[in-house]
Amino acid sequence: MATVNITIDGKKLQVENDITILEAARQANIKIPTLCFLKDINEIGACRMCLVEIKGARALQASCVYPVAEGLDIYTQSPSVREARKVTLELILSNHDKKCLTCVRSKNCELQTLAEELNINDIRFEGQSSNFPIDDLSPSIVRDPNKCILCRRCVSVCKNVQTVSVISATERGFGSTISCAFDMSLADVPCTMCGQCITVCPVGALREKDDTEKVWKALANPDLHVVVQTAPAVRVAIGEEFGLPIGTRCTGKMVSALSHLGFTKVFDTDTAADLTIMEEGTELLTRIKNGGKLPVITSCSPGWIKFCEHNYPEFLDNLSSCKSPHEMFGALLKTYYAEKMGLDASKIFVVSVMPCTAKKFEAQRPELSENGLADVDVVITTRELARMIKEAGIDFNNLEDGQFDDPMGEATGAAVIFGATGGVMEAALRTVAEVLEGKSFDNVEYTAVRGIEGIKEATVEIAGIKIKAAVASGLGNARKLLDSIKAGEAQYHFVEIMACPGGCVNGGGQPIQPSSVRSWMDLRVERAKAIYEEDASLPIRKSHENPAVKEMYAKYFGEPGSHKAHEILHTHYTARENYPEK
Amino acid sequence: MQLFRAHVLVCAGTGCTSSSSLKIMEEMETLLSSNKLDNEVKIVKTGCFGLCAEGPIVVVYPEGAMYIRVSVSDVKEIVEEHLLKGRIVKRLLAGEKEAEDISKSLEGVEFFKRQMRIVLRNCGRINPENIDEYIAFDGYKALEKVLTEMTPEAVIDTMKKSGLRGRGGGGFPTGVKWGFAAKQVTDQKYVCCNADEGDPGAFMDRSVLEGDPHSLLEAMSIAGYAIGATEGFIYVRAEYPIAVKRLQIAIDQAKEYGLLGDNILGTGFKFNLEIRLGAGAFVCGEETALMTSIEGHRGEPRPRPPFPAVKGLWQKPTILNNVETYANVPVIILKGADWFSSIGTEKSKGTKVFALGGKINNTGLVEVPMGTTLREVVYDIGGGIPNGKKFKAAQTGGPSGGCIPTSHLDTPIDYDSLIALGSMMGSGGLIVMDEDNCMVDIARFFLEFTVDESCGKCPPCRIGTKRMLEILERITQGKGEDGDIEKLELLAKNIKASALCGLGQTAPNPVLSTLKYFRDEYEAHVYDKKCPAGVCKSMMKYSIDASKCKSCGLCAKVCPANCISGEKKVPYIIDQAKCVKCGACMGKCPFKAISKR
Repeated sequence: MATVNITIDGKKLQVENDITILEAARQANIKIPTLCFLKDINEIGACRMCLVEIKGARALQASCVYPVAEGLDIYTQSPSVREARKVTLELILSNHDKKCLTCVRSKNCELQTLAEELNINDIRFEGQSSNFPIDDLSPSIVRDPNKCILCRRCVSVCKNVQTVSVISATERGFGSTISCAFDMSLADVPCTMCGQCITVCPVGALREKDDTEKVWKALANPDLHVVVQTAPAVRVAIGEEFGLPIGTRCTGKMVSALSHLGFTKVFDTDTAADLTIMEEGTELLTRIKNGGKLPVITSCSPGWIKFCEHNYPEFLDNLSSCKSPHEMFGALLKTYYAEKMGLDASKIFVVSVMPCTAKKFEAQRPELSENGLADVDVVITTRELARMIKEAGIDFNNLEDGQFDDPMGEATGAAVIFGATGGVMEAALRTVAEVLEGKSFDNVEYTAVRGIEGIKEATVEIAGIKIKAAVASGLGNARKLLDSIKAGEAQYHFVEIMACPGGCVNGGGQPIQPSSVRSWMDLRVERAKAIYEEDASLPIRKSHENPAVKEMYAKYFGEPGSHKAHEILHTHYTARENYPEK
Repeated sequence: MQLFRAHVLVCAGTGCTSSSSLKIMEEMETLLSSNKLDNEVKIVKTGCFGLCAEGPIVVVYPEGAMYIRVSVSDVKEIVEEHLLKGRIVKRLLAGEKEAEDISKSLEGVEFFKRQMRIVLRNCGRINPENIDEYIAFDGYKALEKVLTEMTPEAVIDTMKKSGLRGRGGGGFPTGVKWGFAAKQVTDQKYVCCNADEGDPGAFMDRSVLEGDPHSLLEAMSIAGYAIGATEGFIYVRAEYPIAVKRLQIAIDQAKEYGLLGDNILGTGFKFNLEIRLGAGAFVCGEETALMTSIEGHRGEPRPRPPFPAVKGLWQKPTILNNVETYANVPVIILKGADWFSSIGTEKSKGTKVFALGGKINNTGLVEVPMGTTLREVVYDIGGGIPNGKKFKAAQTGGPSGGCIPTSHLDTPIDYDSLIALGSMMGSGGLIVMDEDNCMVDIARFFLEFTVDESCGKCPPCRIGTKRMLEILERITQGKGEDGDIEKLELLAKNIKASALCGLGQTAPNPVLSTLKYFRDEYEAHVYDKKCPAGVCKSMMKYSIDASKCKSCGLCAKVCPANCISGEKKVPYIIDQAKCVKCGACMGKCPFKAISKR
């Protein structure tokens, strides 16, 4: 790599020639404040907080987008730079709904942090403030344009990463805002509810629909049997909300906290993930054997499902008909579990703790119900659970490790890895290989489908069949993959798609890390590492060996793919118009 | 080829068209035919002559008689007197109406005397919808010369030597820009034309597009040859329907003649052009926003570097010049760089077209050599200020520019002198203010424009200009506070330094330059709550001088707010609470008994 010589604040540096001034300064331990910048996602130089002075340049320049060049003489803290940053930040604050005390992002707000770091103690330029209506009609996402600082991160992630493009800048000048086409609500546009916009938002302009009150109310109702289940990605991220390092496994503490909160039973969604593998694996094998529709595409990710319904209805028959794991679990709880425990199903209240905002929408799908009872009553995200734990005054970091409850608490390593991209694929391969070969394998790790690349491919030879598999995470990658399948450029037997880049560990309901952290490390890698550690630590790592699952088939469903299994564990999909004419 | 004994040129620019010049043409056709003159006299629909204040304009050759403010009912007289009998209709003539010898009347008109028309060479001379007329005046000769006699390097060299600088505002040397793009090695390059003229009151580019569209096509083809591009886009605002129509006609004709397309003039050179319509956002005149808009996205600027010559349209090397810049190119190629660089000042070569507006007699379009003084433009060409009022300032560069006060009337106008005065060339709008203009209000007006037109991408422009406007509104409403002027200065300085694009970086200029030259007016507003020019309504009061009032009641009759009362032999009085300060009473009073202060 060629290098160039530059000077930053008098320090002479030799740096690679394809980096920005911001990166070069970082290498030299010089911190330049940023606000709109989010590496690889939003590099547009809009917010002007990272301005630096370049000797000879007419105006100040945005360091986040300015490429280094030979001989640049850069000043990051000159009086004009300091003044410009302060004035700009005060201007931003002058049109920001400064309700920090009641803001969900207080203490985790990049604007608040910046105001503190730049020592802003007065706003000299007060004036008119924007006054837009708040959009809270979506079951998953709430948008408050009055807190929006127009950094465009949400627009970039929605448009460039997810290729969903339901939000963009509209209007001009002081009246400009981020909104949907024709000022429609997120509820009425082809939003997939993936929530990636929330996780990139530096302020409180985007948040999940808070459903914690519904949970508190259920917990306080003595007539209800309130149970909770948690997805695998939650346990490797919730610690971040309590100041623990990214990638800390908190399974035991999380279970204890849930018990403290008053849930009658604390279950692991992973049990249902094992069940999913049994059903989905069966579906795959059946379709391969009987010449059914291939590839089978996974259906665990509700953001992906909605994306498919809107944009690729021709692939609906390829989707596995399996309900997503937590929906399967909800259905199990209101049938098998109710019967087993002698409970009135209508008195069972199922709460799912998910890394996902799209699951809130999914839980409201009318088809995901048994005998008129929704499979899952309320979905809360990792962030909402953390807020409940804080509100209950639980000292999370000092909790003893708890255990998931029987009879459905046991799960395998195969289920845990559902939380990372490629995990469903790997779990399925572990089971399919043994079913087809009729024997047990010691090596269960299919590393070809691991990792955070957007699209991964693998061919696995099992019992003489070359199974071609592909894994995509992030809807933009899903789009690429589907387009290549559609164009006949690629053929697969089995495809795993997760709406969020990196899979559920990076879901829209996960703890939010500021740009200052996530621009310079891949939090997906750290969280996924914890997932695979958990997998490796478990005694059983193959879904079909899960004793609870075995028992369910033996006593209730019969065989995987049985009529009863279909009734309770499977669903169907509907093509959706993107912008229907009313 | 049919020969005619006389030609009647009728201006079909936007200004004259909107005052019925097309109807004049129809009437002319009817009358020529009924007088059986249609084989002797030819009507030519031309572009703008520039003297828009006096339109509609009809010029009759061979005499060169320039008729102004022609109405449809005047056509009969022109046909019967001039065309049938050979008697010039003196009452309609421009300039010296009683001149004995009118054979040089066009050149004799004061308005044209000091002009030098390079860019506007064909405007008002040819029918823009007929490629043959363009060709008859050396059209496409430069393209032929370039393709058959010159290497791309030689073309760029000529452009560099000519000293031509971008006429769109920045004044970047055109040849250098082309050179950057030519150096890039890639599969595709683009040539773009900025025809998104948006400064309030500016219509230089529109006139060229309407009056001489082929000059643009020819220049863009030359640019394509010079940098190695085969495709080009003309980004023109949709609010210029006549220009868009004539551009399309020109493109179609050029294709038909083999002057655009896959094998131009049989040389194997390929160049195609397409029109892209802008939806009226001022910011789309900024080069990166313009390209973003062509790409089909919301027109917003992006940071530079990379510069368009390296990564422009669809990330490919792109050059972007405005209409006026391009219009110079064919002439430079034909007449040579030395000829061109002999015109103008040391660092600003050639001519500049200005759109004169505001408090000036000859509202219109003028083209003068660089270095002409503001005084010459305003007084000698522009005909001075109406109603004998005093010149106060001229705003150049539109909302991005600044104002130049009386003390600098004799400054030779070029890129660098204007910047030194705190203004800029901009695209060439020149708005004249007289003693009745309040400079704080003028600054507020221009800022209101930029606030409306900010794209909203960066906070300094989006919020900063809005805050400045709020302060100016406060000041002009008589609610200015101690410290407001300093706040304006602080904001202006930082917006200039911080904004993402040229629009934001120059938005504070009108405020800074009025503060520089007319700070006393700001102070009078803020501290004395007075508007010295008597413009800011909240700070002025109309009152009736009882000693002069004859109780005629005219003022009360004309008052739209019914706030003046009185009776016979009792002086009238104005109810200040109801007064809307329209000034109607003052204009009506026959005894000058009403004053404002």
